[in-house]
Amino acid sequence: MHDIIKVTSLGKRFRDITAVDELSFTVNEGDVYGFLGQNGAGKSTTIRMLLTLIKPTHGHIEIFGLNLQSHRIEILKQVGAIIEKPDLYKYLSAYENLRLFAKLSGIKFLQKQLMRQLEMVGLQGREHDKVKTFSQGMKQRLGIAVSLVHDPKLIILDEPTNGLDPQGIADMRNLILHLSREMKKTIFVSSHLLNEIEHVATRVLIIDKGKKVIEGSSEELFDPSNTIVEIDSTNNFECLQLLQQSQWQQYLQPQRGHSVLLKMNRNQLPQLNKWLVENNVAVISFQPRHTLEDFFLQVTSGKQYVEAFTN
Amino acid sequence: MKKLIVLSLLICCFLFDGIAQDESTLINKVKAKIEQVNDYIAEGNLKTDVSFIKAPAGKIKVWFKKPDKFRLTREKGISILPKGGVSINLRSVFAENNVALGAGESVIGSVQTKIVKLLPTDENSDIVLSTIYIDTSELLVRKVITTTKENGTYEINLYYGKYSNYALPDKVVFSFNTSDYKLPKGITLEFDELEKPADLNKLKNKKGKVEIAYTSYIINKGVADGVFK
Amino acid sequence: MWKLLQIELYKIFNRPRTYIAFGAITALIAVIQLGLKADGEAYVDFIMSGLKDTFDFEGKILNGYLVCYVILQLLLVHVPLLISLIAADIISGEANMGTLRLLLTKPVSKTSFMLAKFFAASIYTFVLLLWIAVLALALSIFLFGTDDLIIQKTSYVVQITENDVFWRYVGAFCFAFLAMLTVTAVGFFLSIFAENSIGPIVATMSIIIVFTILSTMTIPVFQKIQPYLFTTHMVSWKEFFDEKVNDQNEVVKGSIQDPQKIIDSALILVLHIVILVFAGIFVFRKKDVLS
Repeated sequence: MHDIIKVTSLGKRFRDITAVDELSFTVNEGDVYGFLGQNGAGKSTTIRMLLTLIKPTHGHIEIFGLNLQSHRIEILKQVGAIIEKPDLYKYLSAYENLRLFAKLSGIKFLQKQLMRQLEMVGLQGREHDKVKTFSQGMKQRLGIAVSLVHDPKLIILDEPTNGLDPQGIADMRNLILHLSREMKKTIFVSSHLLNEIEHVATRVLIIDKGKKVIEGSSEELFDPSNTIVEIDSTNNFECLQLLQQSQWQQYLQPQRGHSVLLKMNRNQLPQLNKWLVENNVAVISFQPRHTLEDFFLQVTSGKQYVEAFTN
Repeated sequence: MKKLIVLSLLICCFLFDGIAQDESTLINKVKAKIEQVNDYIAEGNLKTDVSFIKAPAGKIKVWFKKPDKFRLTREKGISILPKGGVSINLRSVFAENNVALGAGESVIGSVQTKIVKLLPTDENSDIVLSTIYIDTSELLVRKVITTTKENGTYEINLYYGKYSNYALPDKVVFSFNTSDYKLPKGITLEFDELEKPADLNKLKNKKGKVEIAYTSYIINKGVADGVFK
Repeated sequence: MWKLLQIELYKIFNRPRTYIAFGAITALIAVIQLGLKADGEAYVDFIMSGLKDTFDFEGKILNGYLVCYVILQLLLVHVPLLISLIAADIISGEANMGTLRLLLTKPVSKTSFMLAKFFAASIYTFVLLLWIAVLALALSIFLFGTDDLIIQKTSYVVQITENDVFWRYVGAFCFAFLAMLTVTAVGFFLSIFAENSIGPIVATMSIIIVFTILSTMTIPVFQKIQPYLFTTHMVSWKEFFDEKVNDQNEVVKGSIQDPQKIIDSALILVLHIVILVFAGIFVFRKKDVLS
């Protein structure tokens, strides 16, 4: 497996502020690499350095085995990117924008191909409408079309679900999975929607105050034995009482809101589900909550803020 | 001694009498020569030579019809002429009722001329005084210095050639004093070194000239009145 | 580079804001021409009042060539402000729209990108001047006809023969293009430093206004710096409308009084352009794109 991205001791200072500090990581071919961090942790700065929008203060970046500084154009031919919300030319139509960026990417294209791209991202029928009439979700989809128009090997997505509704977020997740599994793209995605990253990422890096906190595969980081499940029923009080008198009592967690929370091994979830049905608990929802959020808050400085607000 | 004084006085009287001598006869002879021409159409070249005007020379056409219709147009382009000067032709000088007084003689070029001062009798006349230098042998006016109320003083020098029989000059040079003229002020946004006051004064003290060199005349063939409208 | 230039031109000429300058110029020129058509003789009498008291003029002083000269005198002070609307927006506008970061993730070199932007802005400037030429010269000739051109300089009058005028206008417009290109370069340079167009546009306009004032005032301390200000040299297009005279004070047709001044001014403007463009590219290459 080749290294698609190799970052060594990357750092960036803006006057007195160290935005990124001695960051090193590797993205393998075929990875969906989740890049997590609080706001201001250094995610966007790192991504902009990967895309040569910002010059590192020190460190080394290799993409496709080539030095980024000296092979910039060659590398960027194979990279597609969305940085924060994609801003396009409002006074041009979707088709005109796509054609403009396709030309800029140096590819040969036919009108048919571009129209098909727009259809793929769900913009059929809106190809000749001005972008200023588009919703945020439509702009996002157009941004994806722009980033994929030249069929890049590496796709870098910075907060791709920003401003999207739940359907949009779900669509984005499916797209990432499709790009990774069907089209064999390598994807580098940053987000603060942790559960979305968990669904798609094969490897994750958590950054805090510009420094790498932890890096590893999803399996390594998301301990299945610490899965939290949230149960909502027609009578949560009765449900809680039942559980307190059962073998599941040891797994009960302090309540948040009206739902019942248990922490257990992921493998036990089917059994619990079955027990609830057998004991006539009218379950409205049975939602395994991931521990990533807790884990994330633990390893970053976010926890102290949560505690400050909740205590 | 007494005889000498009386003789001197007599000579002086004679001289004064000579200076103040009425030159009407000469003037009338010159006028008669000029009057041969009822009309003419002339072509020529006009050159304006004023220190603060950069103008190109150009072809002109002149129409004249007795008694005082005169029109000068540049064949192509714009003509810049001193106000009232060029249209002051000899006829207008002689047209007035004048008192003509001899004022001596002068040599112009190599031509001996008689100086005659014309004083218009009409008080409303624009011309205050005209000094005319007449070539008596050919009855041609060689030079005119005219002082007007409105337009200052002009000097007109006339040079004759093949049309001298008609008293029509080959070349006329109008000279005038630029000290009376206002220098143009342009709103030009130019950031050049502005000329210093000393230079401006130099410009002001120069004479300006307009030269017309006539190349051909069509004489007494008729000119329509409509030309002068 | 050609592909980049095509893209930049496509963007400029598909943007509504581009046409503000064309509209403003059309309106301005139309107003001047209408005014002169209605009352031009009075205007000519006014500007020639110093001369008309003492000289007679025969011919069409108010003709298309004079009208064009009047328009250029007025417009070439104000056109730089219109040019800055596009030039000073060229980078900052992209940053403001958020498209700059997207553009620079494409496989194009930053130098090519910047040069394409500058050339596109230059072409816009050229087209704008061409439009001015069509309206100010061609249309004026159509409306007012032609004759000799009489121009008042600071302390003298120049009369240029009718058939000696047109090539001078060609030269003057070429020079004016160079002058406007300098304004484009100023706007282009300032555009790099902001993520919002307003700042660079106002800064460019302010520089032009302040420098023009400094260039105009005959105060000794200002006169020392005037040769170095580009605004001092921008008006050298007028040198095309001055002629040499021979010893008889007769105009030498086809001549220019001080051709060296035109050359010197042109070189200084070119120097400004080169320095500003290269400085702009240098700064841009080093700059982080944070928009």
